[in-house]
Amino acid sequence: MEDTLRDRIQGIIEGDDVVLFMKGNKHFPQCGFSATVVEVLRRSGSEFQDVNVLEDPAIRQGIKEFSNWPTIPQLYVRGKFVGGCDIIREMYEKGELDAVLSAKES
Amino acid sequence: MLEAEVLEERIRDGLGEVSHLVIRDLTGTKDHWDALVVSAAFAGKTPIEQHQMVYAALGELMAGPVHALALKTYTPESWAKLEG
Repeated sequence: MEDTLRDRIQGIIEGDDVVLFMKGNKHFPQCGFSATVVEVLRRSGSEFQDVNVLEDPAIRQGIKEFSNWPTIPQLYVRGKFVGGCDIIREMYEKGELDAVLSAKES
Repeated sequence: MLEAEVLEERIRDGLGEVSHLVIRDLTGTKDHWDALVVSAAFAGKTPIEQHQMVYAALGELMAGPVHALALKTYTPESWAKLEG
């Protein structure tokens, strides 16, 4: 991956505490997996920045290499990759997600 | 067209030891799948690392043929607890 693209992605995930790379946007998810994560974040009451990979082919491909994770959605909290749809949903069901999201308050 | 057997073989080969594996074609179109994988190779790994291991085993299949893959990964111990 080119450094300029890596820097761009780094800038995006550091730009907000909670960043979700997804298909579509938080108001109109265009994929069931992305919609699931949006819903979970909404229930958790978390503010988050959405990044629509469908509008940016370079980011869409780059983010997969960035975290060695071949699928979208991808959730980042304070610059750290937290997981894709299955992991986020599981964390939510186990009641672990709030702790990860709310640690930003400290 | 991808067959479930291909995915199964890749996952078994890639992980080495797989004690339980269920792969389902969610849509009947052989591109949206879910997989339940139980492997001792997951021991001591984070969920992210466990999923990365499965993705790595599937390799280039994740970049095209597999449009969606819902994953559940367990160690034999965590799986036994769930079953129990």
